[in-house]
Amino acid sequence: MSLSDIWDVLVLGVVLGSLYAVIAIGYTLVYGVLQLLNFAHSEVFMAGGFGGVIALTIFEPTADPSGIQSVVYILLGITAGAALGGFVAFGLEKAAYLPLRRRNAPRLVFLITAIGASFFLYNLAGKLFGRYPIPMPSMYENRRLFTVFGAPVSVTQFLIVVVGVLMLVTVDFVVNRTKLGSGIRAVAQDPEVASLMGVNIDRVVSRTFVLGGLMGGAAGFLFGTNLQVDYTMGFLPGITAFSAAVLGGIGNVRGAMLGGLTLGIVESFTVEIWGDAWRYVGGFAALVLVLMLRPTGILGERVGRAA
Amino acid sequence: MSTRLEKEPGQATAAEAGPPLLELRDLHVYYGAIEALKGVSLSVGQGEVVALLGANGAGKSTTLKAASGMIGPRSGQVLLHGERVDGIASHELVQFGIGHVPEGRRVFARMTVLENLKIGAYRLRRPDPADLDRVFTLFPRLADRRKQVSGTLSGGEQQMLAIGRALMGKPELLLLDEPSMGLAPLIVQQIFEILREINSQGTTLLLVEQNASQALQLAHRGYVLETGSVVMSDAADTLLSDPRVRAAYLGEAIE
Repeated sequence: MSLSDIWDVLVLGVVLGSLYAVIAIGYTLVYGVLQLLNFAHSEVFMAGGFGGVIALTIFEPTADPSGIQSVVYILLGITAGAALGGFVAFGLEKAAYLPLRRRNAPRLVFLITAIGASFFLYNLAGKLFGRYPIPMPSMYENRRLFTVFGAPVSVTQFLIVVVGVLMLVTVDFVVNRTKLGSGIRAVAQDPEVASLMGVNIDRVVSRTFVLGGLMGGAAGFLFGTNLQVDYTMGFLPGITAFSAAVLGGIGNVRGAMLGGLTLGIVESFTVEIWGDAWRYVGGFAALVLVLMLRPTGILGERVGRAA
Repeated sequence: MSTRLEKEPGQATAAEAGPPLLELRDLHVYYGAIEALKGVSLSVGQGEVVALLGANGAGKSTTLKAASGMIGPRSGQVLLHGERVDGIASHELVQFGIGHVPEGRRVFARMTVLENLKIGAYRLRRPDPADLDRVFTLFPRLADRRKQVSGTLSGGEQQMLAIGRALMGKPELLLLDEPSMGLAPLIVQQIFEILREINSQGTTLLLVEQNASQALQLAHRGYVLETGSVVMSDAADTLLSDPRVRAAYLGEAIE
């Protein structure tokens, strides 16, 4: 493997990793406020993919779009993906998790519900949209846009990284600098005291789901731009992004970003060195290794309950 | 006693004029099958300092939690200014001007001092910068450590932060659950001085304490709880000189 090969693979890894990072945020935010591993988040991601396809199919992109048209299509797809993702996450919390919280259900019941909701949602999508992959309408010519020190970057790759980074910066701002963010952090640390300060826990939880859903949905659309969407598309990226959240330190927003990027790069190198059959082995091996050495993840679990 | 002279005369009796600021009527609270409060009634008048004394498990904290909506009573009433507020969730009840400093301080350990104080003002649409100045004037040590992560503060500083955080929500009534717990006598002294200052600025205090002598020196009136019921209530001086109180809570032998 020459030096320029390594560079190419690294660029690919960063593209994949920024996608994982965006999805991982959804897992880590929800874990932060509810200590819940929301396995149905992969279906929020899937919903975002379909949201983008549906919006673009209705809009019918012209065969040979101009630059401005391409930008409009892309924005439309991101918005639709984020909107459907946010909507599904909102509904998921209201229908599946809120009733359990009202009854003070044990943690295990939440986990099983999450898995059940995941099965329900992706089979619902299979029923509604068919079990065959649906190609993403072409919004632009996916040509080589530019090279980064020799590594080619396509339009899609550029798009994924730029939108991904924008979303990560936004969510970091929301969590650390806004009132909603201070509510999210307060609920994550001590929900009882947070409500003594006037924080409406139900509202903060619901908005946390929506925030994660918007990001996951947009990521689903971006993932779909690569090729196609189908009802099972959430599973592997979802579980990888979940691992990324754990790797970075679950509950920790910046940890999720770091974990996502790490897994993307590791996966990319694994494929390059050992071939596509080993794609997920490298990333999960890295996860196991890190957790053996540092059980709280790279940046450490951030869900401190007040001692 | 010199401390008694600092209180404004007549404050303790002001409660009888209108409806009291806080009134608990015959509260019964259960934890599962266990009855923690067996018909507690008490009142706190505007501007008063009221102490709630009792041994571990007497129901002092439970009484405070019922007052701030953290737990709902099975029967009985909680009234603020004569209006029933039981059944209102705690995050809504803070809008009525109740601040609750919970037992064990429970500051947000991973946030800075400043972030903790800002969350204290969460209920306010437009937090008033003067509130922050007021807290920093009361607790200069918090001002010095405003950027410090709260988990690294000493116990006394955390208690100050917990009180400051509650003040940021502009409470009319401040509920304090064992502010002296686990603190060195000198720090306890400081905190009680500041509580006196807070009261003289117009905030009403309902204080749960194991440290009966400190609490009764600050308070106008006191209630003594035993296994979920009020067994005594009187002016603070009277309680302070009562032989039963002295024996049970001030560590004196009965002659």
